[in-house]
Amino acid sequence: MPATTVLDATTADGALLVLAIVLPVVGILLSFVLGGRYAERIAGVLLPAGFIVACIIFLKVWQGGEPLIYIVGGWQPPLGITLRADGLSVAMMVAMAIVICLIGVFAHANFGSRAASVETRAPLVFWVMLMAISGAMNMIFLGGDLFTLYVALELLTFAAVPLVCLDGRVETLQAALRYLLFALLGSILYLVGTALLYGSYGTLDIVLMSQRVRLEPATLAAATLMTLGLFAKTALFPLHLWLPPAHAGAPAAASAVLSAVVVKGSFFLIVRLWFDALPGLLSVAASQLIGVLGASAIICGNIVALRQKRLKLLIAYSTVAQIGYLFLMFPLAFSADPSPHHYGDALTAGMLQTISHATAKAAMFMAAGLIYAALGHDRISELGGIARALPMTMFAFGLGGLCLIGLPPTGGFLAKWLLLEATIATAQWWWAIVIIAGGLLTSAYIYIVLSRTMGPPNAPLTLYAAVPKYQEVAALGLACLSVLLGLVALGPIDVLQVGRPEAPMAGLR
Amino acid sequence: MNAATLFGLCGAALVGIGLYGLITNPEPLRKILAFNLLGSGVFLLFGMIARRAAAAGLGGDPVPQAMVITAIVVAFAATAMAIALVQRLADETGRASISSDSSDAVDGEGKS
Repeated sequence: MPATTVLDATTADGALLVLAIVLPVVGILLSFVLGGRYAERIAGVLLPAGFIVACIIFLKVWQGGEPLIYIVGGWQPPLGITLRADGLSVAMMVAMAIVICLIGVFAHANFGSRAASVETRAPLVFWVMLMAISGAMNMIFLGGDLFTLYVALELLTFAAVPLVCLDGRVETLQAALRYLLFALLGSILYLVGTALLYGSYGTLDIVLMSQRVRLEPATLAAATLMTLGLFAKTALFPLHLWLPPAHAGAPAAASAVLSAVVVKGSFFLIVRLWFDALPGLLSVAASQLIGVLGASAIICGNIVALRQKRLKLLIAYSTVAQIGYLFLMFPLAFSADPSPHHYGDALTAGMLQTISHATAKAAMFMAAGLIYAALGHDRISELGGIARALPMTMFAFGLGGLCLIGLPPTGGFLAKWLLLEATIATAQWWWAIVIIAGGLLTSAYIYIVLSRTMGPPNAPLTLYAAVPKYQEVAALGLACLSVLLGLVALGPIDVLQVGRPEAPMAGLR
Repeated sequence: MNAATLFGLCGAALVGIGLYGLITNPEPLRKILAFNLLGSGVFLLFGMIARRAAAAGLGGDPVPQAMVITAIVVAFAATAMAIALVQRLADETGRASISSDSSDAVDGEGKS
C-alpha cells in the first residue's frame, strides 16, 4: 500500500468509478423527466451499460493489480472524498451488476411498459428503484470514507423499502414499515459510530483511519454500535424478524433484488469496517460471538424454513440461514492464530458465499415467482406435477438449491469448502459441525420441495397463465452462474486480494 | 463542566430516551417520533464534536457540521417515507399497526 506516506492520487481511468455511480442516477432523473412509459427502456440501456463499466473496472484492477482511485474534486482525503476500487469492490460490482441485469430481464413481464397503454405507477417505481439500488450498491462498493458509505446505505434502504410494498396490499405495507423501522434504527446506530470515530481520529477515510486506529473505549463503542446497526440491516439472527414477511410478500422480481442484492450491501459494509477501516481490532471473543450469531442464524433459519408451508416464505427463511454463513468468516479470519493465510481464505470464502448466494437466491425467487404466476398459489403441499409443466423453472430452482446446499462444483460448494478448510486450519471444529449440519438441513428442505414438484398432482393441474420463455431463461441463467462460480477457483479469484496488504491464498494453491 | 460536555450529556440523554421509545412503543407513529428524538441526540453529538475541535484554535470544526446537515436531510427523508407508509396503512385498514395479529386493544393513529 503506497498510501502510508504519499497522499492518494487519482489513478488513470479513475473516472470510470464516477461513471459507475452516475449512470444509474442519470437514469433515475431521465425516468422522472420522461415518465414511467420510458423508465423500462432507460433501465434497459443503462443497466447493461453499468455492467459493462463494472467489467472494464474489473479488468483494469485485475490486470493492473492495483486499486483504482478517484479523488472527488481534487480534495485530498482528510477533508475530501475518495472513491476506491479494490479487489473486493470490483468482484462484488460485477456480480451484482449481472444479477441486477438478469432481474431486469425477468421483470419485463411484470413491469414492462407497453408504449400505447396508460402509464401506471408500479413500473415507474420498480425501474427507478432498480436503478437506484444499482447506483447505491456501486457507491457502497466504491465509497472510501465511512460517511459516504452511510449515505449510500441510506440510499439503498430508501430504494429497497418501496419495492416491498409495490402492490400495496396491507400485509406488504406492514412488512415495509417494519423493515423501514429496523433499517432506521440500524442507520442511526451506524451514524453514532461515525460521529464517535470522527471525534477520535479526525478523519473518516478508510485508509487514513486504518493507519491511525488505536484500541480505546471510544473506538470500541463506535465499532460495536456500527456493527449492531449493520446487523439489523443485514437481518442477522436475532434481528432478522423483518426479513421473511418483507421478502416473501414482494413481487418475485423485487424479492429477488431484495434477497440477492440489498442485504449484501450492509454485509459488505461490515466487512469494510472490520477488515479495512479497523484492521486487527476485532478480538477473538467478539469474533466468536459474531460466529455464534451466524451459527444460530444457520440452524434457526434452516429449521424454520423446513416448517414453512409456502414456497416464497421457505426461500425467505433460507436467506436468513444463508446470511448466517456469511458471518462465519469472522471467527475464522480473526482466530487466535493470526496467520494471514486464514485471514485471506476466510475473506475469500465470505465473498464467494455472498456472490453465489446472490445468484442462487435470485434464481430461486424467480422460479418461485413463475410457479406462483402459473398456479396462482405457492403452497408447497399442492405443487405436485409442476415440474412436468415448468421443467426449466424447476431445473433452475434445483440448481439454485444445489448451490445453497454446497454440492460441487457450485460456488456455494467452493465457499463452504474454504470455510471448512479454515475451521480445520485454525482448529475451530465447532464451526465445521454447524456448516455441515446447515448443509444437511438445507438439503432436507430442497428435497421436500423437489420431491413434491416431481410427484403426481393431487388434482389435474390447471395453469392460470403461460410463463414466458425468457423469464425461465433468466432464472436458469442465474442458476447456471451459481453453479459455474465454482470454477472461478481456476481463474480470477485472486482479484479479491488486490489492494490488501498481504496476498497469500493458502486454500487454493 | 464546559459547554461541550453539557451538550454531549444532553445528546446522550436524547439518544437514551429515543432508543427506549423506539424499542418499547408498539405504535408506528410513536416509533417514528422516537426515531427523530434519537436522531436529534446524534446530531447534538456531531455538534459537540465540532465544538471540541475548537481547541485547535478554530471557531469550530466545519466537517461534522457538513455531515450533520446531510444526516438531517436523510433523517427527514426517512421520516417522510415512514409517515407516508403509516398514512397508507391507516387508509387501507383504518388503523396503523405493524403487528400481524391485529388484536391490539389500543387503536393506532388512524387519522386519515
